[in-house]
Amino acid sequence: MAITGATERPTSRSHVITSADGRRSRVRNANQRDRLLMIGSPLLLLVLWELGTRSGVLDQRFFPAPTAIFAQMLSMIESGELWEHTGASLQRFFLGFWVGVVPALVIGILMGLNRGVRAALTPIVSGTYPIPKSALLPLILLIFGLGEMSKVVMVAIGVFYPVVLNTMSGVLQIQPIHYDVAKNFQASRWRVFRTIALPGAMPSIMTGIELGAGLGLILIALAEMVGAESGLGFMIWNAWELFKVESMYVGIMVIAVIGFVVAMLIREFSRILMPWSNR
Amino acid sequence: MTLVTESATKIEIKDLDKRFHVRQQEVVALDGLTLDIPTGQFFVIVGPSGCGKTTLLRIIAGLEQPTSGTVTVQADSTDRPINSMIFQGDSVLPWMTVWDNAAYGLHSRGVPAAEVRETVGHFLDKTGLSQFADAYPHQLSGGMRQRVSIARAFANDPEVLLMDEPFSALDEQNKTLLQEELLRVWEENRKTVVYITHSVDEAVTLGDRILVMTARPGRAKAFVDVPFDRPRDVVGLRHAPEYGDMVYEIWGHLRDEVNESQRAARAVQPRRHGLWARLTRNGGSA
Repeated sequence: MAITGATERPTSRSHVITSADGRRSRVRNANQRDRLLMIGSPLLLLVLWELGTRSGVLDQRFFPAPTAIFAQMLSMIESGELWEHTGASLQRFFLGFWVGVVPALVIGILMGLNRGVRAALTPIVSGTYPIPKSALLPLILLIFGLGEMSKVVMVAIGVFYPVVLNTMSGVLQIQPIHYDVAKNFQASRWRVFRTIALPGAMPSIMTGIELGAGLGLILIALAEMVGAESGLGFMIWNAWELFKVESMYVGIMVIAVIGFVVAMLIREFSRILMPWSNR
Repeated sequence: MTLVTESATKIEIKDLDKRFHVRQQEVVALDGLTLDIPTGQFFVIVGPSGCGKTTLLRIIAGLEQPTSGTVTVQADSTDRPINSMIFQGDSVLPWMTVWDNAAYGLHSRGVPAAEVRETVGHFLDKTGLSQFADAYPHQLSGGMRQRVSIARAFANDPEVLLMDEPFSALDEQNKTLLQEELLRVWEENRKTVVYITHSVDEAVTLGDRILVMTARPGRAKAFVDVPFDRPRDVVGLRHAPEYGDMVYEIWGHLRDEVNESQRAARAVQPRRHGLWARLTRNGGSA
């Protein structure tokens, strides 16, 4: 009797501890499960795809087996062909990115800070913004020719709009009290710009840059399909002309990876640039 | 000599008018306000909301221009800023560390680094923020952020300190705590303060002299001198028999004005001009 009594009490006490522990371990299990699902679902899709093509359910002409695509990718890496096209696209993207971002930042900040500049430029920016940038490609080719410049300009146009609009609205959204603080504490114009306008607009600016980079990537692929001799867009288009479907998939996948990495880099850069942000 | 400097006028406000227009209607925020604040006084302004007390403070701060009249601040030193403000609400810059926020005024004025280090270090210590020097505002509570704002204003070493309901967003306990800290920091060199509040208790607790303002248009209704000695015990003060008397007296001046401001607020309720309003108003006669 005494023994059972003694064993009963610790059991009831330890029950409370296990329930708290249990909740924690359930959360941990849920996290692990999420991670597993995140890796598992794309893998499962690839496996189903592979099985689909092998069994003949999927048409191999349109959906070549993932193994065939990877084999093609390996051979393109070995031949150096993939590097050449990826390098060409990245170079254009990088150049175009800066050609678009720098004026967009300057104009966006000026529009945000100065009422007159805003009144003068808003109709132009808002009026041209809804034009599908792809519709400008023939005009850009006409003006800048078939060389590198037309591709760089296409990327720049894509990057420009989201950055300029987000920068302006970022500057406009700064709390008036922060300007009051700057004025009350005798900050010079340059210091107001550097310590209030720029950091205040930064979260919005970075969102604009992320959106702009995505748009720039869309436009570089498009621009390279017309009158280019290199680049991932050219590679995809060329694969269509030669009916090398595997190469087409390789190109699409590389662009997807570039888009993902660029977005990751921008987000990581934002985190370093804005340690104050609690996002 | 000491007597002269103590009674010397630090802030002289003369015939101050402020009018502005809201939807083609002229609103008189301040109407011929005249007052002198002597050096070293903790001057508190109480008034119903909308009486123009914040407008007055912003004019003294140079953030707004008066329609007519003058504000003169007597400056003792040429290299000291005229005023520093502790703002209502969250005015701490979220993208700067506590340290950089507190140093904002000094950096703006190009004060040598060694002096900045000493001054900012001193006031962060005084406000209990030393260990949070590298923290960002979002990591701090509302009370801590307002301490940063206090440190920033005091570190700037101005001729006069302006405070616009600095603790109105805080809960009762935090408010009492910060009042104590504010007085402790202020006791160091007793700069002239103009402090705005709508809390009668706060006015009696902190002030040497209290101005009760009328509801819009803002005029001086009464001046009340607070007899309590310094340094003050913010909590102990409430035990003093005169404390209740003071609060009661000021409430006597204020009650009508608060009622008046409530009436005025109801009177300017936006009228409906839409089709539906016209239809319902003329429904019977038309």
